[in-house]
Amino acid sequence: MTTLTNQEETITLDTFTRGLWKENPVFVMLLGLCPVLAVTNTTMNAIAMGLATLFVLVASSTLVSLLRKLIPKQVRIASYIIIIATFVTMVDYLIQSISLDLYNALGAFIQLIVVNCVILGRAEAYASKQKVSTAIINALGMGVGFTIALLCLGVTRELLGAGTILGFQVFSTSFEPWIVMILPPGGFFVLGSWLLLFEYIKQRKQQTHLNVTGVVEHGS
Amino acid sequence: MNHSDMTLVQPVMPQSKQLQPQTPSFAMIQTLAGIAMLSGFLVVLVYQVTKPIIAENKRLAIEKAISVVLSDVSAKRDYFLGDEGLVLFDAGQQSPSFSGEKIYAAYDDKDELRGVALEAAATGYQDVIRILYGYDPSCQCVTGIKVLKMAETPGLGDKIAFDADFLENFIALDAQLNVNLGGLQNEIVTVKHGAKTEPWQIDAISGATISSNAIGKMINQSGQKVIPLINKHLNELKHPEKEPGKTSETNPEATPETKE
Amino acid sequence: MDPDSLTFIFINAALSNNFVLALFLGLCPFLGVSAKKETACNMGLATMFVMLVSSISAFSINWLLIEFNIQFLRLICYIAVIASAVQLVEMVVKKFSPTLFRALGIFLPLITTNCAILGLALFQTFREYNFLQCLAFSLGAGVGFTLALLLMAGLREKLELARVPTVSQGATMSLMLAGLLSLAFMGFAGLGSGHG
Repeated sequence: MTTLTNQEETITLDTFTRGLWKENPVFVMLLGLCPVLAVTNTTMNAIAMGLATLFVLVASSTLVSLLRKLIPKQVRIASYIIIIATFVTMVDYLIQSISLDLYNALGAFIQLIVVNCVILGRAEAYASKQKVSTAIINALGMGVGFTIALLCLGVTRELLGAGTILGFQVFSTSFEPWIVMILPPGGFFVLGSWLLLFEYIKQRKQQTHLNVTGVVEHGS
Repeated sequence: MNHSDMTLVQPVMPQSKQLQPQTPSFAMIQTLAGIAMLSGFLVVLVYQVTKPIIAENKRLAIEKAISVVLSDVSAKRDYFLGDEGLVLFDAGQQSPSFSGEKIYAAYDDKDELRGVALEAAATGYQDVIRILYGYDPSCQCVTGIKVLKMAETPGLGDKIAFDADFLENFIALDAQLNVNLGGLQNEIVTVKHGAKTEPWQIDAISGATISSNAIGKMINQSGQKVIPLINKHLNELKHPEKEPGKTSETNPEATPETKE
Repeated sequence: MDPDSLTFIFINAALSNNFVLALFLGLCPFLGVSAKKETACNMGLATMFVMLVSSISAFSINWLLIEFNIQFLRLICYIAVIASAVQLVEMVVKKFSPTLFRALGIFLPLITTNCAILGLALFQTFREYNFLQCLAFSLGAGVGFTLALLLMAGLREKLELARVPTVSQGATMSLMLAGLLSLAFMGFAGLGSGHG
C-alpha cells in the first residue's frame, strides 16, 4: 500500500511520478475500481470522469493538508468525508453547467466519487501528514495516474466495442463491433488484460535483469 | 458520528489508536461545525453560480428536442396544464399550486400553433427513461419523440434513441380522442417486432423489448391524461394573446403569484 | 411484467442488473473478501442489513430535503447519515446480540465506504421509488451482492487447486473470473420482459 511515513517529505520528482506508475491507483493498488469499470465504455466519459476525480483529489488534498493541524484525530474521517462530499457536489454542478449530455451519460457515478477509496486513502495516508505543496503535487500525480488508467480502458473498450475513438470512426465499417466490450463483462476483461500485460512486462524485465546479472554463469 | 469513526481507519492505519491524544469533545464539535459551515458555504456558492447556467442548458436542450419532435418551429411558450386549467409558465417561476404538467406549445413564424411538446417518463431496463414527444392537434397524432435521458444498455436498449426504423413509428402515431373526449380512442401499445398492423401500435426493436415497451407505456400514460386536456384548452393555446383570461381560473398571469 | 412492480424491482436489482456484476458497485469487498465462502456469506449478510437500514434512512432524508427545498445538500447528508447509521447499527447489534456482532462485527465499519451503499441510496432517489419499492430494491440489491460474492468465493476456492500461469495470478485472474460471471448474469437480461 501507500507509504505511511509520518515525517514530512521533501518534494522530489518521485512525489509526482509515483502516482503515474509505481503506485498507480488503478493498475498497481487496485483502488477505486467502481468508476474505472462503470464509466469507461466511451473515451469521452473516461476523460470526464478522470478529470472530475483529479479535481476532487487535488482540492480535497489541499484542504485536508491546510487543516491538518486543526482537525482532532477522532473526527478526522468524518471531516474528510464532508470535505470530499463538498467538492464532489461542486463538480456535480460544474459538469451540469458544462454539458448536460455528459452529465446524463455519467449519471450517479459523479456523485459516487465520494466513496472512491483513492481520494479518502490519499487524504488519510498522505495529505493529513504533509505540507500543502507536497500534498498538491502528490495528489496531482495520483489524479493523472488515475486519469491515464481510465483513458487506457476507455480507448480500448470504445475501439473494440464500437470501432470508434471519441466518436470518430477508426476501423472501417466492415468491422463488426464487439459489443460485449462496452457491456459490463467487457470492463472486467479489458482491465484484466491490461493487468496481464503489465505483469508480463514486469516479469520480462526481471528476467532480463537476471540474465544480465547472471551472464557470467549462464553465458547466454 | 464522531468518536466511533475511529474504527473506520483501523484497516488503513492500525497504529493510530495508540497515538490518540485526549481531545475535549468541545473541540471536536467545533471542528466539525467549522468544516460543515465551510462546506455549506462552498456548495451554496457553486450552486448559486451554476444555477442560471444549468437552467439555460436545460432550456437549450428542450428547445433542441422540440425542433426534433415538431417541424417548422420558430417560437415556443411554456404552459402549466392541469385539471384546474392552463397557466402561462415563465422561466424562474414556481409551479402553480395545482397539480399538472409542464407543456411546451410550439408556433411557426406566422404564430400558428404547430403542436405541443410533452414530457413523459417510465422505468426502462436499467433506469428511468425520459422523453419529449410532439403532439399535433390538427392530425390528432404524435409527430416524433426525442429521448432526453436514459441509461439503457449500449448496443441494445439504447437503440430507442436513434434506430431509424423504430423512430419512424412516431412520425404519425395515431392518438385520436374517444367519443366523450376523456381519453384516447385506441390505447397506444408496443407490439412485438414486425407485428405492427394499426397506426396506434409501436413496432418494438427486437432485442430491446423492455425499452420499447417503456416508450409505448409512457406515451400512452401521458397521452391518456394530457391530450384530452390539451383539446379542452386548444383555443387558448392557438390564440394566446387574443383570449388571455379564458382559463377556468382567473387571470393566468396573476394566478401563480397570488397562490404562492 | 410491469417495471414498477415490486417483483420486477427485486429481480432486476438481484439478477439482471446485479450491483456488482453489472453496475460495478462494491468491487472492493467483492475482490477483497471473496476468498472464503464463509467470510463471503457473512459479508453479504452484513451488507444486506446495512443496505436495508441506509435505504430507509435515505428515503426519509430525501423527503426532508425536498420539504425544505435544499436538494443540493443531498450528497453530503446521505454520506453523513449512512456513516452514522452504520455506527449506530453496530452499537445496537453489539449490545443486544453479541453472536450476531461476532459474525458481522469487523465487516460493518468497512461497509460504510462501500460504494454499493451510497449507490443504492442515489439510484433509489433518481428513480423516484416509493417506500415499498425502496425496500424491494434494497433487498434485491443485498441478495444480488451476496449471491455474487458467494459465487466468486466458490470459484476462487476451486481455483486454488488449479495450476495458473504465474503471470495471470492474483487480481488478473479474479477480474477474468468476474468477467465470466458477469457474462453469465447477462443471460438474465430478458427476465420479466413479457415477450420472452
